Amino acid sequence: MRVTSQAFRTRAAVALKNVELQRAMAKAKGGFVDKRRVAIEALPEFEQLRSVAREIKEHTLSHLDYYLERFESQVIASGGHVHWARTPAEACEIVVGICGGVGARSVTKGKSMVGEEIAINPALENAGLEVIETDLGEYIIQLAKEPPSHIIAPAVHKTRDQVTDLFQEHHSRYGYNQRVTEIPDIVNEARQVLRDAFLSADVGITGANFLVAETGSTIIVTNEGNGDLTNTLPAVHIVTASIEKVVPTLEDATAILRLLARSATGQEMSSYTTFSTGPRRSTDLDGPKEFHVVLVDNGRSQMLGNEFHEMLRCIRCGACLNHCPVYGAVGGHAYGWVYPGPMGSVLTPLMVGLEKANHLPNACTLNGRCEQVCPMSIPLPKMLRQLRVREFEQRLTPARMRWGLSIWTYLARRPHLYQPVMSILVRLLEILGRKRGRFRYLPFAHGWTKVRDMPAPQGQTFQRAWRQSGDGSRL
Amino acid sequence: MNNNAREQILSDIRRALNRTTSLHKSVSAALMARLAGHSVHVQPVVETDLVNRFIAKSKAVASTVVTVPSLMQVPEAVTQYLTTSSQKLEVVMAPDPLLDDIDWPTSMKIERRQAGRQDVVSITGVFAAIAETGTLVLLSGAHSPTTLNFLPDIHIAIVRRQQIITHIEDVWRQIRSELEGMPRTVNLITGPSRTADIEQTIQLGAHGPRSQHVIVVDAE
Repeated sequence: MRVTSQAFRTRAAVALKNVELQRAMAKAKGGFVDKRRVAIEALPEFEQLRSVAREIKEHTLSHLDYYLERFESQVIASGGHVHWARTPAEACEIVVGICGGVGARSVTKGKSMVGEEIAINPALENAGLEVIETDLGEYIIQLAKEPPSHIIAPAVHKTRDQVTDLFQEHHSRYGYNQRVTEIPDIVNEARQVLRDAFLSADVGITGANFLVAETGSTIIVTNEGNGDLTNTLPAVHIVTASIEKVVPTLEDATAILRLLARSATGQEMSSYTTFSTGPRRSTDLDGPKEFHVVLVDNGRSQMLGNEFHEMLRCIRCGACLNHCPVYGAVGGHAYGWVYPGPMGSVLTPLMVGLEKANHLPNACTLNGRCEQVCPMSIPLPKMLRQLRVREFEQRLTPARMRWGLSIWTYLARRPHLYQPVMSILVRLLEILGRKRGRFRYLPFAHGWTKVRDMPAPQGQTFQRAWRQSGDGSRL
Repeated sequence: MNNNAREQILSDIRRALNRTTSLHKSVSAALMARLAGHSVHVQPVVETDLVNRFIAKSKAVASTVVTVPSLMQVPEAVTQYLTTSSQKLEVVMAPDPLLDDIDWPTSMKIERRQAGRQDVVSITGVFAAIAETGTLVLLSGAHSPTTLNFLPDIHIAIVRRQQIITHIEDVWRQIRSELEGMPRTVNLITGPSRTADIEQTIQLGAHGPRSQHVIVVDAE
């Protein structure tokens, strides 16, 4: 997928004026937040689980090589295959190779963010395969030829009317000529249309929410049942998973599962939590004959060693998106790549390069809600600040802002200069603003005054007021 | 397999973790012990009346539940459920020996096999049922093909009282003691299929069963 994160400002401005998008986002926002809150209030152990989950992931990450090798040997022991891919290109080559090896013509897919990350669909289509997304949201955006705008609700930006139009346009070739406008009918039509795809696919590709080192199992957490039809009906099941998904034991996975659905959709458990371990056994009556796991690195082993390693705890629940005022206002597409919102603003620069995404860490008010709701306690605001520091160090910050920051830094480090300069400035602003009490326009602060007035200072600096009070506690 | 990729990823990880060699013996012994320990973390409190908790939690996720006093009453419960839902008495049933003891009426058309496209109603037993979350546990195997859990419109699961366990972790303990390793699939099923992908409104019956019906057999 092409990275268009550099166009964040223009895309965000367009998104704010997009009536359909704003309508869809307004419908979604409260629902996610309320459901999560209710689910968490009903689980007094939530905070304890949060710290347990953090410990489990930190332990696993600090022995990641051990657990990945253990996972690999257990998959092989259960009759499956493990492939390793450093880059999206390698991952696609492996998946296309497996499909080619079995003479596959059609592929069904369960929702997978790693699949989006490695852009597996175009790779398969270029190899002549038919690819069908089977998660309803993914199916809708596949028809619309759009990327997902949310990591768990990929079509959250679409209104019902837009889905109706898409189905009418694309389903007439299956003989569905009625215009379906009610949600039950829309869902039912997708169910009928996708049945054939499930039953005739040669290969099923899913992602994984977790990998279990102890048993070599891959876990998917879903609600629709499409993931299970995808990993049961075709003759070959391929799992694409990134390396940080591994946890040591089934008990470890269970602890984090208790956080995942609650944080994502406010469910205690999603409808289907499925553990896949190897291909069908000799006495099984159904299930795939081949089971492959493709382990994708794509920059994660680099993150492990730097100040962003905590990001590898992320379990992709989407809570940070749902609670982010910026995401809620502009939607996911403005972010310009696979992962939007706070987690995406950290991951995108790290995965595609800061020079291609340096606006994203700045598209944040540092209000801290993302960290508050993150089930894995990832310090997202701190990381966004660190990326801003990197941006400055790599000279990606616009020149005018660099100068401004340099002057301010120079002054702020020299209190004997800072205080007199500031008191002169404050005095000047006070005199200039005395008449109105506020400024409608200030040079160099247009971005601030464009949408609100700047109140004029009232006489003296904070530091002077502090000194005069003689005792900080009285202020 | 691309061995270069494997070796490079593992060595990049080791470098990131400031390790050049493989793990010290004492460390790998500790990791093996951790894996073998299967230690259980924080669990939600579950009241002691497991049957009622399981039923309440199942209903909360839109499953329908009936209780019958013994296996003998199961056919009647199935017939009644199918009749009320205007379904034909045609089912595809798991070749599970535990279902053999049930005296099914001759009026019901039963096939014992995996599910196919045409099947509307499936009947299965379960490996266990979890009171904590109202979850059914089904393991793939010769007696329990996975397609029965997902392809038909209606899935009827028969749960015996003594199969109801407290927490999710009890499933892992039970698998370790009763089976040799994990089956191909462990399905934790909590309610019927659903989606909220259109305007975040929950709609049942996306791709899996539209209805999840549970018959609890309340006999010792």
